[in-house]
Amino acid sequence: MIRKLHSHIGSLQATLWTLIVAPTTWAVHFLFSYLWAAVYCAKTGQFAEEPLVYWVGTGLALLVIAISGYIAVIQSRVPGDPAPHEHSTESDRLRFIAYSTMLLAGLSFIGVIFTAAPVLILEDCR
Amino acid sequence: MSLHDQDDLALRHAQEERLRAAWEPPRGLFLRWTDTNNNRVGVWYTLTAFGFMLFAGVLALIMRTQLAVPDNDLVSPATFNQLFTLHGSAMMFLFAVPMFEAVSIILLPQLLGARDLPFPRLSAFGYWSFLLGGVFVLGSIFFNVAPDGGWFMYPPFTTRTDLSGLGADIWMLGLSFIEVSSVAAAVELIVGILKFRPPGMRLNLMPLYAWYILVVAVMILFAFPPLIAGDLLFEMERLLGWPFFDASKGGDPLLWQHLFWIFGHPEVYIIFLPSIALFAMLVPTFSQRHLLGYPYIVLAAVGTAFLSFGLWVHHMFATGLPKISLAFFSAASQAVVIPTGVQIFALIATIAAGRVIFSTPMLYATGSLAIFVIGGLTGVMVAIVPFDWQAHDTYFVVAHLHYVLIGGTLLPLIAGLYYYWPLITGKKLSDKLGRTAFWIMFAGANLTFFPMHFSGLLGMPRRVVTYSAELGIGWLNMLSTAGSYVFAAGMLVVVVDLCLSPRRAKAARNPWNAGTLEWLALPEDENWGIRSVPLIETRYPIWDQPDFMRKVDEGRFFLPDAEEGRRETISTTVLDARPLAVVRLGGPSWLPMMTAFALGGVFIFTTYHLYWAALASGFLTLAVTLRWLWTTAEIPEKPLKPIGHGLELPLYISGPQAPGWWAMFITMIADATAFSGLVFGYYFFWTIHPEFPPPWADGPGLGWPMIALAITLAGWVATIMARTMNKRDAALPTRLLLGAAGLLSVLAIPAGLAGPWLSGLDPTAHSYPAIVWTLAIWTVAHSGVGAIAQFYALARSLAGRMTAQYDADIRNVTLYHHFMVFTAIVTWCTLGLFPEVA
Repeated sequence: MIRKLHSHIGSLQATLWTLIVAPTTWAVHFLFSYLWAAVYCAKTGQFAEEPLVYWVGTGLALLVIAISGYIAVIQSRVPGDPAPHEHSTESDRLRFIAYSTMLLAGLSFIGVIFTAAPVLILEDCR
Repeated sequence: MSLHDQDDLALRHAQEERLRAAWEPPRGLFLRWTDTNNNRVGVWYTLTAFGFMLFAGVLALIMRTQLAVPDNDLVSPATFNQLFTLHGSAMMFLFAVPMFEAVSIILLPQLLGARDLPFPRLSAFGYWSFLLGGVFVLGSIFFNVAPDGGWFMYPPFTTRTDLSGLGADIWMLGLSFIEVSSVAAAVELIVGILKFRPPGMRLNLMPLYAWYILVVAVMILFAFPPLIAGDLLFEMERLLGWPFFDASKGGDPLLWQHLFWIFGHPEVYIIFLPSIALFAMLVPTFSQRHLLGYPYIVLAAVGTAFLSFGLWVHHMFATGLPKISLAFFSAASQAVVIPTGVQIFALIATIAAGRVIFSTPMLYATGSLAIFVIGGLTGVMVAIVPFDWQAHDTYFVVAHLHYVLIGGTLLPLIAGLYYYWPLITGKKLSDKLGRTAFWIMFAGANLTFFPMHFSGLLGMPRRVVTYSAELGIGWLNMLSTAGSYVFAAGMLVVVVDLCLSPRRAKAARNPWNAGTLEWLALPEDENWGIRSVPLIETRYPIWDQPDFMRKVDEGRFFLPDAEEGRRETISTTVLDARPLAVVRLGGPSWLPMMTAFALGGVFIFTTYHLYWAALASGFLTLAVTLRWLWTTAEIPEKPLKPIGHGLELPLYISGPQAPGWWAMFITMIADATAFSGLVFGYYFFWTIHPEFPPPWADGPGLGWPMIALAITLAGWVATIMARTMNKRDAALPTRLLLGAAGLLSVLAIPAGLAGPWLSGLDPTAHSYPAIVWTLAIWTVAHSGVGAIAQFYALARSLAGRMTAQYDADIRNVTLYHHFMVFTAIVTWCTLGLFPEVA
């Protein structure tokens, strides 16, 4: 079943849009974090005492990024033309976009953790 | 035509003659300025930006002279304010950003094996706008009315007309005008990179310069429009008294800071990434090997672009925002170090793995990396909130930002200058002078800016005209001043080197033995860009594809001829660069220059409150723009054209495949971003007021906004139906529907304004009515433009320039209306429904 899944993923399109799924998720999460804190602090003077929603959102963002990265890892290993995979062929292009997507997913994953970390420590709006 | 046809020497000569004729530049004292070819416009652009940089540098020298000793009175405080404001504004808006656009206009077509960028006339328009706006803003200092509020123009001092003069208007309107030309250049560059690559150059083979420029151009689309929105609010407050930033009337000066820095921080990366892009071209050349870690560089470029939009509040750490907000931005500021570091390591690894030729450009590249890294490290320091509170608004920050900008923009550009000068002039610059200049500037920059770290930590604030001897920072400032003169001397050596260039002999072709496409250029300049559009198989075709140069020169690749005497190039698909069409490019014309000057009139007359003249200029702009548009999307004399090797490509494409459609799409993204800046303003006011809308405000009500929305939706549906009818070749229904849609768009204007008007909202009374009116006016103005677009499509149909097969106009108009309907939904729901639920 795993093999079937992998071969399905390998046949998916990788485009400039799929390339930016992970960093876009970071951006949405970041904007959400900022607005959440800004609105709560401005309107109620404190941010949510039980930030469960926040952690669920953060978990979701990490999940989306992880999925994007997982798909990218499989696609970046699609067998095809010989190394160094720098030619004008369909599979080299796929491998390149996939590899870059994977790297961006890694960066975005770290980025989301960076963004969320202050919520662990800071508890009020001072 | 087959490959072997090109063996015929006579044929090749005939082709070359035809190409030469098609790309013949206009001659004559005045006519030459109507040129639109990228190799001319790009050079004008570069020289102008370089000139503005020298001017801004002189302003800095005057400032440093004033600060050389304590209690100096060389210049008055008022003049000093103008000096630092103009220095910063000019370096950012008139040098750094336009310079990267200018260099890209020259280089990109060469790098992509295209004959020119997709919209040569748009480049020319951008240049003339830039020249006019730049002269207008910089010239103001000779009349003692230059802007004096700092390069970020913080309200409330700058919005109060009793505390600030014409300078603030000159800044807002003059630079808004230049921002328009920057967005125009971004559209040009994005479409060029995505759609005008040579066949075979898939995304994985794109030169890294193109990757960086693509990323930076997209950043411009999201960074500049919020500033344009901010400028709009700012001028509404100054000219009409609408209190967006006036705390006594429900406004908030912090709103400006948000809008400014949403632009201002990505801006730093917008000017830094193109410099790294230059490195990514010259480091492989002088290491004589492929760049290591190509996907890592792409990661760095794209990653930095995203993260840079999460940094803006780190300029506002001292404004009293909640700590949790500051922490988010501090975290992002730390995270951006990762991609920045990755690209620097990739460059270092390439140098380490290659056989390095330590040429003059390489000297500049490595030297500037060293300076940049110092600036980067102090950047990490000020990204930490508690440290920033200590260093905020001191010379420490001045030291930091100049290290970053000199190491990350100025010196890399000089590396690029030495590297690419042979490409543009066919001649090398002097290694001796270049190296001398480098060491003088390197010493000068460090001598100027390193002591500033200490003067800052010892308590010297930014933007002060003088300081007292008791602070004990006199000697540090004297060092900085001495350093600035040393730096200027180095720059002078570069200028001397450039001035000596015309007397030097031509260098060989590809003098650095580089592997990328741009070095196909011949020392004796041909205007056609490239002799034939090559088939690309590797990242460094000159190195790796056998006989590559000869095949290009002998026209053995695609489109080696200009049979119809037209300027043409090949458009390809985004991912895989498969040939799509032959695109005919605009030739020399007065229209771009006239449009730029007419639009400039709108901004300049408004500065001096000459509103009728500004209005007349606005109508003139519209008329010239329509005249210009009328020449586009022409129906070709034949549907297909052979480009060699048995391939035939269409001469007309429309919809998502066409460059024009992409240009509309990208422009509307920028437009939507500016709009979101205004919407942000509305909800920002909601967060700062306990009750918003204020209880006394009983407008604009629910009814009129909903009617306006319904009318806009009806116009949108009619436009879509018109497109469908046009496709079915039903001319009469198409025209009727377009006419009806245009009328509906016109009707949406009074309907949209009726809400705030009839409920008597006074925009000068409070920020709420002011922002309501602004959103309403923005949206109905878009309805107005939408109506013009619909009537334009109707006129094209009536004139036989738009048919079922040749339907680019209506498809672009429909695309505009998709964005229009988005704007209308957000505005009218916000204005009508939000007060009901808030």
